[in-house]
Amino acid sequence: MHIHFLDPYHHRISLVHSLDARVKFVLTIAFILTTALTPHAAWPVYILLFATILAATLLSELGIGFVLGRAALAFPFVLAALPVIFTLPGPALTSFSIGDWTLTVSQSGLERFISVALKSWISVQAAIVLASSTPFPDLMMAMRAVGVPRLLVAIFGLMWRYLFVLADEALRLLRARAARSGQADQPGLKNGGSVTWRARIAGGMAGNLFLRGFERSDRIYMAMVARGYDGEVRVAPLPPLHAGSWLALGSGLAVLAILLGLAYWL
Amino acid sequence: MLYAPLPMHIPDGFLSVAVSVVLWVLTVIAVAISLRRVSADLDERRVPMMGVLAAAIFAGQMLNFTVAGGTSGHLMGAALATILLGPWAAILVMTTVVGVQALVFQDGGLLALGGNIFNMGVIGVLVSYTVYRAVQKVAGGQKWGLYVGGFSAAWLSIFIAALAVGLQLALSGISPANIAIPAMAGIHALIGVGEGLITVGALVFIYASRRDLIEAGEKQQTGGAIVWFAGLAIAIALAIASPLASSNPDGLEWVAEEKGFLDAAQGPLYEIIPDYVFPGVSNEAVATIIAGIIGVVIVFGVAAGVAYSRKKRLTA
Amino acid sequence: MHHSIEVDDLYFAYPDGRKALQGVSLHIEPCEKVALVGPNGAGKSTLILHLNGILIGKGLICVAGLPVIKSNLGKVRARVGLVFQNPDDQLFSPTVYEDVAYGPLYQGLPPDEVQNRVSEALETVRMADYSRRVSHHLSVGEKKRIAIATVLSMKPEVLVLDEPTAGMDPRARRSLINLLRDLPITMLVSTHDMLMVRELFERMVIMDDGRIVADGQTEVIMKDEALLNAHGLEKP
Repeated sequence: MHIHFLDPYHHRISLVHSLDARVKFVLTIAFILTTALTPHAAWPVYILLFATILAATLLSELGIGFVLGRAALAFPFVLAALPVIFTLPGPALTSFSIGDWTLTVSQSGLERFISVALKSWISVQAAIVLASSTPFPDLMMAMRAVGVPRLLVAIFGLMWRYLFVLADEALRLLRARAARSGQADQPGLKNGGSVTWRARIAGGMAGNLFLRGFERSDRIYMAMVARGYDGEVRVAPLPPLHAGSWLALGSGLAVLAILLGLAYWL
Repeated sequence: MLYAPLPMHIPDGFLSVAVSVVLWVLTVIAVAISLRRVSADLDERRVPMMGVLAAAIFAGQMLNFTVAGGTSGHLMGAALATILLGPWAAILVMTTVVGVQALVFQDGGLLALGGNIFNMGVIGVLVSYTVYRAVQKVAGGQKWGLYVGGFSAAWLSIFIAALAVGLQLALSGISPANIAIPAMAGIHALIGVGEGLITVGALVFIYASRRDLIEAGEKQQTGGAIVWFAGLAIAIALAIASPLASSNPDGLEWVAEEKGFLDAAQGPLYEIIPDYVFPGVSNEAVATIIAGIIGVVIVFGVAAGVAYSRKKRLTA
Repeated sequence: MHHSIEVDDLYFAYPDGRKALQGVSLHIEPCEKVALVGPNGAGKSTLILHLNGILIGKGLICVAGLPVIKSNLGKVRARVGLVFQNPDDQLFSPTVYEDVAYGPLYQGLPPDEVQNRVSEALETVRMADYSRRVSHHLSVGEKKRIAIATVLSMKPEVLVLDEPTAGMDPRARRSLINLLRDLPITMLVSTHDMLMVRELFERMVIMDDGRIVADGQTEVIMKDEALLNAHGLEKP
């Protein structure tokens, strides 16, 4: 009964998996930055960006279906950009009315909406390929390499170590609650109590989880002290980047620069 | 999927680059100050504690309760972390939670991560701190201060953070201010009630079981006047700026255009491509599509070729 | 008269593809007390979670005459009391009283009925004086009794316990065994505690690798040392 299936890392033997995590990390951020910098409605560049990330997906051997399926999870937020279709001034495409309301779809509004949706969709695929092809400890190494302070990286590491333990605890709490959420045989009883009562129960479960987290962290601290921990977070030095990694980094950045150049220069 | 976070994690693509960068700078400053303050505390017990509590907040966000019609309430946890750990450690804990959510689970973007940490980690924590401290002062150490303070801190932390999200979306030209801000504010005014009730439920449980933890948290509330005022300033600024912005969306748009917050509008892209690339094709749209397809084919061909040769090498 | 528990040809696989149950069939009569033993990973906990509809696999399950299907879940959960291995998972309210009252309150019973149910349940587990206590401060044995009370307050027809004696000192274990003996209710108990099995249960079921490999009189099975050893168990 373990919740490890939450971990998106998928082990494969692929070029993308074997790429140095630091290179992957920087390239992913650069890719997302390039996507963000690409102007609205620069459709050909979007297609090239999509082709690039699709190529990375293909090289990672994660499966295009897996990456695209996961990318769909990020879609609900697109609703936030929906109003812009109707509010951005520009040539009207069509309009329809709901009751007294008349909504006019403007061309620039529609273009901006589609642009945002595409940029968001393309960017999330890059993040998925990174997370699914890089084990978390390697991601932490990449964080250190780009200058994230080691205390913060240490907190990330401890969080990751206990994430699944506590997620399992949360899951068991939810199961224990579900197991007692029954329905009486007498008809006419309102099942489930009031909303505030249910919220308080959920709060009690959160308090329970926190408390156990606190007590666990005490035990972890003692186990760390037993092995010589003195409050200083020490880490091994980062291994040097191979020539091949530099090459991958350089060529990746060059491709992105070309794409960005296309977006502005054309 | 069990894990369903608040609709507050902004994905990539929604914030303009300028807004993302500004928020990253603010976040880096806040996190740097928090790191210094936490290191200065010299309490080595707090490193494992912050890591495990970050995991607990992440897991705690899985705990839901049904509200009505298939919707459910969740915990964000900024207020709870602030009350139990004090503002500095809470900022680091929330940074870790939001960071792992983006990095590993794609809840929220990577470029947008600065903004998401700022909204949930920095604003959420500072506003919680200000409200909780103020109520504690008024309550003078009585028990109701914990619950009223906890509820108000939790509610306001969600509400103000939502205003910030709305404002950032509007500044990025994604959603007009008069829609984005009221919509975010309206939804999160309700979500905030859930956050408040869960937070109080958790505090009641912890107070009954381990009162010493709440008292220890009390001692960590040493942000001092500056943090208190920072939280107050953020809350007031957003509470005032948001209605102003939403009653005058064109004004905000103007600011955005003027200050270059909106990304450059699309250049004369299609007008040029057809003539240069495919002289024989007159229709612009068709040319664009063909250019795209050719691009895809080339990139794909290379990728497939590399993957194929590699596979052969591996199986050989 | 229906069986208390009826499981026919149950299959279940976890999302990661691991086959946890591979054709399990089990029938338990009203007021029968049955022990469920087997090595870790045999599928005991998975089976138990099915009895209450927390997991739903392929196959037929009836509990107290009700089929365990989505539309029946509420009623099924009121009839099957599931006691989890770690009482901390089950005790999420600040006080003992509130935890024991959760089930009745969820069912929407009137306040005086809730009060009666709670007192009765605490009385049964001999913890009547504890209703105002804070669960977190109790000992493992006390927490386990409270966890049992939290399901008894729902007046279930079947009690299902997952490794009830795990981590208990001998005194707490002894008093728990006495309590289980005295409860006049159908019981399925998953456990590694072979001494308790021999002492308390006339019938035992051995699971291994997602299947039931033995089901019969405890006295007989306990004599079959080869069978026990083959499934990682030891004769007490």
